[in-house]
Amino acid sequence: MSTETTHDDHHGPARGLSRWVFTTNHKDIGTLYLLFSLLMFIVGGAMAMVIRAELFQPGLQFVEPQFFNSMTTMHALIMIFGAVMPGFVGLANWLVPMMIGAPDMALPRMNNWSFWILPFAFTMLLSTLFMDGGAPAGGWTMYPPLVMQTGNAFPFLIFSVHLMGISSIMGAINIVVTIVNMRAPGMTLMKMPLFVWTWLITAYLLIAVMPVLAGSVTMLLTDRYFGTSFFDAAGGGDPVMFQHIFWFFGHPEVYIMILPAFGIVSQIIPTFARKRLFGYSSMVYATSSIAFLSFIVWAHHMFTVGMPLTGELFFMYATMMIAVPTGVKVFNWVSTMWKGSMTFETPMLFAVGFVVMFTIGGFSGLMLAITPVDFQYHDTYFVVAHFHYVLVTGAVFSLMAAAYYWMPKWTGNMYDEKLGKLHFWLSTIFVNVLFFPQHFLGLAGMPRRIPDYSTQFTEFNQISSIGGFAFGLTQLLFVYIVYKTIKGGEKATDRVWEGAEGLEWTLSSPPPYHSFTTAPEVK
Amino acid sequence: MLVTRLKRLLTASGGAALLLGAPGALAEYGLNLPRGVTPISQEAYDMHMLIFWVCVGIAVLVFGVMFYSIVSHRKSKGAVAAQFHESTTVEILWTIVPFLILVGMAVPATKALVSMEDTSNSDLSIKVTGYQWKWGYEYIDDDISFISSLATPHDQIYNENPKGEHYLLEVDNPLVVPVNKKVRLLVTASDVIHSWWVPQLGMKKDAIPGFINSMWIRVEKEGVYRGQCAELCGKDHGFMPIVVVAKNEADYAQWVAEQKSAASADAAAAEREWSMDELMARGEKVYATSCAACHQANGEGIPGAFPALKGSAIATGPVDKHIDVILNGRSGTAMAAFGAQLSDIDIAAVATYERNAWGNDTGDLVQPSAVKAAR
Ligand code: HEC
Ligand SMILES: [Cu+2]
Repeated sequence: MSTETTHDDHHGPARGLSRWVFTTNHKDIGTLYLLFSLLMFIVGGAMAMVIRAELFQPGLQFVEPQFFNSMTTMHALIMIFGAVMPGFVGLANWLVPMMIGAPDMALPRMNNWSFWILPFAFTMLLSTLFMDGGAPAGGWTMYPPLVMQTGNAFPFLIFSVHLMGISSIMGAINIVVTIVNMRAPGMTLMKMPLFVWTWLITAYLLIAVMPVLAGSVTMLLTDRYFGTSFFDAAGGGDPVMFQHIFWFFGHPEVYIMILPAFGIVSQIIPTFARKRLFGYSSMVYATSSIAFLSFIVWAHHMFTVGMPLTGELFFMYATMMIAVPTGVKVFNWVSTMWKGSMTFETPMLFAVGFVVMFTIGGFSGLMLAITPVDFQYHDTYFVVAHFHYVLVTGAVFSLMAAAYYWMPKWTGNMYDEKLGKLHFWLSTIFVNVLFFPQHFLGLAGMPRRIPDYSTQFTEFNQISSIGGFAFGLTQLLFVYIVYKTIKGGEKATDRVWEGAEGLEWTLSSPPPYHSFTTAPEVK
Repeated sequence: MLVTRLKRLLTASGGAALLLGAPGALAEYGLNLPRGVTPISQEAYDMHMLIFWVCVGIAVLVFGVMFYSIVSHRKSKGAVAAQFHESTTVEILWTIVPFLILVGMAVPATKALVSMEDTSNSDLSIKVTGYQWKWGYEYIDDDISFISSLATPHDQIYNENPKGEHYLLEVDNPLVVPVNKKVRLLVTASDVIHSWWVPQLGMKKDAIPGFINSMWIRVEKEGVYRGQCAELCGKDHGFMPIVVVAKNEADYAQWVAEQKSAASADAAAAEREWSMDELMARGEKVYATSCAACHQANGEGIPGAFPALKGSAIATGPVDKHIDVILNGRSGTAMAAFGAQLSDIDIAAVATYERNAWGNDTGDLVQPSAVKAAR
């Protein structure tokens, strides 16, 4: 990032390391979040490579089953809490103040703290790889009684989840307070850019459910060390109750990872279609309904635990309902493109890729909602394919789109368009080679979370692994593109994109250290 | 070798591309849900295909419009952006139409679900218990019970020998059911959560310690059907398959009679004195199938997770404590109570084995009668 700023404020950023450690500036903190997210993306990705290497052939080649389970568990925890969520929080930090015409976030010191908790949380989590008994291996869902068999890593797992939760809650509070209090005059709620809207709703979801997660893992902790039996049937508890509590957090969590993506795509498509977003207000209402529905569908993650029939019916109907507002969003994006004047720079490519592939994930989601067939799909690679379509080609692709879209604004330099497009095409091809065959594997009967499989699954696993390695390597290209853009490149204009609308584009590229020192007037 | 490998890979990827074209020809690669052999699995399959085609229809429509737009409405083609950005009619329409489609799918789904969950009027009940990492089956009306564990040898898993036809999907004692009978399965677990699933039978139910779930199957075709534990249950989750053999009425009755006579022979054997050699030979087998997954074949365990039995205070100390650990397990740890899974002879044998293998050399002989007394 640029260290020199031209504006005439009393101070610019401090120099050296202390700039980053003590910073209360939303842009610096946003940068820290984004770089941390990228780092975790690489660490979690490396674990995925171990998984795909072991699954390249039937038989055990590289790792023992227990370590394999640690890899799936840690891959998920790191990607969800370390890569995707901090990625979106980083974007919110950078963009929310600039989009609503504020100088900074409302609670800058808390902002610093909510970031700096994360490196400690993840150091703690990663340190379990070196402990007796190995890293947590009971799945990221931490279901008891299995999670109780975790070795010395157990308390480290629980406390790192606590820390991640604290960080998320503080980040979310900061975003809500900023959006509610710091909008420029004239920026009414229904004039806010959709990215701000989706983050406002996401932040409420975070505040609602992170304490639930913290509560459920604390109950695990007391079951293990303080003699309670919340989840131990032998002591009168109920292991299924954990699943209910966990997924009451876990389902909104899914939307926490996708609503900001909806926001990003709703910013990018209009820019490159040179046409206003179709159905702005229905987008806002659709986002709110998805957020509401996310609280009443949790048990669709656990249709096989043996719920009463009425429970299964309720959760099936509620889950199917989610298709309606989600469909509205997709239709709106397509209508925005319709009769536009489109160009396809890298951010637009990623956004269009998002719409197509997220929708494929949405279709498999609808299939999974149908309870009588979910009994077949549940806990197979069909589910693995489903959630990687929504999380990788959904959430991660939106993060990539956002990075390309706003990087010129952040750094003042254009990224290398040729490399960006290459990155998009390689990613898109290989991510499908990686995940599409997993649909077939699941339907043909391959359970998830197994280190070895019967020989009939060999071919599709090999294709999937090849796609995985290639997709993984392709991301190193992204790291290089980011590095190159930070270092230099063609200077970006303030507006950057011909069709860009919004307050952030009225600031210089890179923007001044304090975004809007005098509030802009919004008509 | 490499060439055939490559060829299979290519056909499989070509198959994926042609997926909808010729599903039959590609059955070898298993692209789709099996139709299965129970009313439930067939209902599930029909629902699956229905919703799949609905999704394909919507996808063709939406992506069609989108790609048309991507091709035609380009700036490079001189397209000028239109100004519209909302239309209440269209927006209401595309909220209501999908809703109606969903209702159309919910109706058959509800019907299917209601029949799947109806376990009443069954002809036969079998209790299924998940253990780390094997299944126990108990025929409630016939007093037959046995443990079913992976039969694939270790050396195939570690690539020292070629893999067999049913690699990882074969067991020592399969579950045997009669065809065309409504069989109710009562599913539970003794340690952690497992999930009982055979794709051809169409149902999956979690096996949860302390709770009993029920499901039913009516197998309509004789044959062998294979599945796996579907819920992550620890280290060897991938190694606890399920095999169901469906037999006609006469064959089934004969199988039941055989099981009963074998059980009474075992009961008689438990009464006599066993020699060291007999116990060691049997103990080695029991140890390999029931204990080695955790304590390892060499008795050294896995530090931090599973204790070594080689030289352990329990395995070389007082016999009654040793029997007690095996019979009753250690609550709150992965060490299960084997009293419910293993016979007196097996426990006596494995205890004898542990006390004399790997240089433990205590010379102690544990007789089945001693185990019976300790129960
Ligand atoms: C699922 C893993 C697992 C399996 C399978 C298993 N054990 Fe254990 N076993 C353990 C664990 C964990 C402990 C330690 C329990 C504790 O912390 O007190 C243990 C402890 C023991 C001990 C006491 C050791 C000592 O020094 O304290 C004995 C004896 C024992 N097991 C015998 C057996 C036998 C015999 C079998 C097979 C019939 C068996 N175990 C199968 C996990 C297992
Ligand atoms: Cu299991």
